[in-house]
Amino acid sequence: MSDPSADGARPEGSRPIDWSPPTGPPVGAAGPATGRAVAAEPASAPLVDVPAAAAATARGLADGEWHRLHPATPLLKGGIALLAIIGVIIANLRERLVELFLPRSGGPEDPLDFAVRHGWLGWGVLAVLGVLLVLVLGYWLSWRMHSFRITDDVVEVRSGVVFRRNRRARLDRIQSINVARPLLARLLGASKLEINQAGQDANVNLEYLHRDPAIALRGEVLRRASGTSSGPAAPSTATPGAALVDRAVHEFTAGEEGDEGESVVRIPVGRLLGSILLSGYTLFVVVSGVASFVGIAVFQEYVVLVAVLPALIAFAGVTASKLLRSLRYRIVPSRDGVRVSYGLASTTSETLPPGRVHSVQIVQPLLWRPVGWWQLQVNRASHSSAQGAAGQANTTLLPVGTTEDALAVLALLLPGLEAGLGRGLDGALSAAVDSSASASASASDSASAGTEADAGAGSGAHPDGAAERGRGLLELALLAPGGAPGFSASPRRAAWLRPFSWRRNGAHLGASAVLLRKGAVWRSLTIVPLARVQSTAVRQGPVLRLLDLGVLQLHTVAGPVRPTLGAVDRAQLDTDFARYAAATVAATREDTSDRWGRVPASAPPVPAGPARGTGASSGDATSPDLATSRTDADGGDRRGDGRHDHERQDDERMGGAR
Amino acid sequence: MAEPLEPAGLTVDGSAVEWRRVSGRYLAIDLLGTAVLLVLLEAATVPLHLLELPFAWPASIAVLVLCAVIAGLTPRRVRAIGYLLREDDLVFRRGLLQRKYTAVPYGRMQLVDINRGPLARLAGLSELRLVTAAAATQVVIPGLPEADAEQLRDHLVAVAESRRAGL
Repeated sequence: MSDPSADGARPEGSRPIDWSPPTGPPVGAAGPATGRAVAAEPASAPLVDVPAAAAATARGLADGEWHRLHPATPLLKGGIALLAIIGVIIANLRERLVELFLPRSGGPEDPLDFAVRHGWLGWGVLAVLGVLLVLVLGYWLSWRMHSFRITDDVVEVRSGVVFRRNRRARLDRIQSINVARPLLARLLGASKLEINQAGQDANVNLEYLHRDPAIALRGEVLRRASGTSSGPAAPSTATPGAALVDRAVHEFTAGEEGDEGESVVRIPVGRLLGSILLSGYTLFVVVSGVASFVGIAVFQEYVVLVAVLPALIAFAGVTASKLLRSLRYRIVPSRDGVRVSYGLASTTSETLPPGRVHSVQIVQPLLWRPVGWWQLQVNRASHSSAQGAAGQANTTLLPVGTTEDALAVLALLLPGLEAGLGRGLDGALSAAVDSSASASASASDSASAGTEADAGAGSGAHPDGAAERGRGLLELALLAPGGAPGFSASPRRAAWLRPFSWRRNGAHLGASAVLLRKGAVWRSLTIVPLARVQSTAVRQGPVLRLLDLGVLQLHTVAGPVRPTLGAVDRAQLDTDFARYAAATVAATREDTSDRWGRVPASAPPVPAGPARGTGASSGDATSPDLATSRTDADGGDRRGDGRHDHERQDDERMGGAR
Repeated sequence: MAEPLEPAGLTVDGSAVEWRRVSGRYLAIDLLGTAVLLVLLEAATVPLHLLELPFAWPASIAVLVLCAVIAGLTPRRVRAIGYLLREDDLVFRRGLLQRKYTAVPYGRMQLVDINRGPLARLAGLSELRLVTAAAATQVVIPGLPEADAEQLRDHLVAVAESRRAGL
């Protein structure tokens, strides 16, 4: 730690670990220069308005200069409330207009009458105008003071009029980028760009930008984050429409967010509706509805309706909004990861770079079993404010899909998973997978399983057999009724704890990921990439001790997926624990997804372990590598020069680069 | 009774496992903590006696028995705590009834904390806490002498930096 005062401020004895990008060039090279630039920059540095830059290329917004946001930002962020207030006032005045022609006597005196009677009408109007002026001025000021810049390494936002805020985030720590467009923003041709970092409230929001520059900026930010050496993205074919109407038309007719390419998975509206209707909640509503109507018929008690009707109406509303949010669901592979977009009126398009998925779960609720649908959820380090498809948390990446769909999305999220799994299977095991795959193909009517088995049977011939076999293993893991080849099996005594699912309960340690099979009623398959496992644990309580069983836990970042497998044979755990721990370490070492675009051959040599420690203390002191650094200044008394002060302070935190 | 959970194949530099144990003073501190707990719980039953409730005596006795059982198990529980510094990860074990073994790769540590409670400070002991991006990791090594704790922390931070990785 180059800064002793920072250490002193921490709780007793705690010490952060000094991270920096594993393969990136020393950030210090750019750090000091940009750092000094900020400190020296006068408060009134020339800012480039976004409209002026609208026609510029991707480089335009990401040129390291400060830019302002879309001029309609205040309106979109809070000005709507102001408009609403004005609307209410006008609506009230309309009553007065009516009264003018149809005089009404008596009634309480309203403030306007009072003002007129005392001859204060002029003052009143002046006060209202004054308040309006202050509000408008406030919004305008907040827009003026809100600016952002994007350098080669960081994105930085400063905002606030009285309370100044400065937030800077490293580009190589991006977890995902989200382009969200609420309906109103779409009408005005604006988009919200959300750069998600790991952690709670650690996102950098650029709201709002013009649509085309926002998309170009997303591409450019991802390109820089990827560490690729290829040139900048092609300049966007921006069409800054002259008139507002033109732009609005362009908004709704142009392809979604520049997402070229065919979606890997299509969700027909019928299936979407079916998936929403085939839920436990529906069952509850239907049962309670029928029960109450029977009650009415038998006992002639209409009071029950009061309880049931609101629930029914709410149910219809929830269903409709879920449906609307999931329409136009698309998932597309792109150079910089997977892009998921959805929404009809308000749209969201999120890009997840490779290696940002910490675990995946494919689940099948009981009611979906007859139709063979699955849902896919992930754990991720960032917390986006945007909702996911089907109005669910944005950890649900596939709201509903067939087995084939689920596996296709899985292959997009974890590329190389199938091949790795296939290569990991030894001879006997792969034969077992092949034979079971063909057996399940003949049993099931799924067309995909048929082709899979064919490919699997001839896999000896193709070089690509590994991927096919890995896919066969995944399919078996999802569909096989009891145990599956390659998976550890829980012993019979596990039935005390897993009466239905003990046969299915099992784990498979692949080359790059762990697969956990769980649940006979509520089937699920959890896939944890080993390179994302934070720690591994085995556990045994008194009850498990009696049964000679144990629990396997893989710890990942928090989310809907809990990669834990209960009721595992104790002897199996004893031998497996060391294997899991070693596999995690090995996978972590080989992981390069931090800078996914970097070609390994042209990458600068990774500094060897011990050398790194000395580097940190001497030169490349960009170290306290907070993915996002943030400063809040109690600006009231230090608006003028204080701003420089804390920017400098921020520099210190980011780099000590002075 | 079946064999307890005891993972095999944990080697350090290829040789057999020798767990590092916590300081002997930690046992005394732990027992002292149990005594404090006993006093507090007994104090909580005093109002029951003042109100002359029928279950006042059973409650007091139950508290006493509970604390006696906890204290009786303490020596074995403290002996069960151990850690291993392997080449690429730290393995931590604890628990007698609730046995748990956790392996944390050095490259996954985000933060290393040292905490000192009031009782532990009397005995000059510290508690080391490893923080990863996963909240479930929960590795807290109690009962380390202060100097050892600081040395261990510095060592962990150093190896973590040499094996750094993304999230």
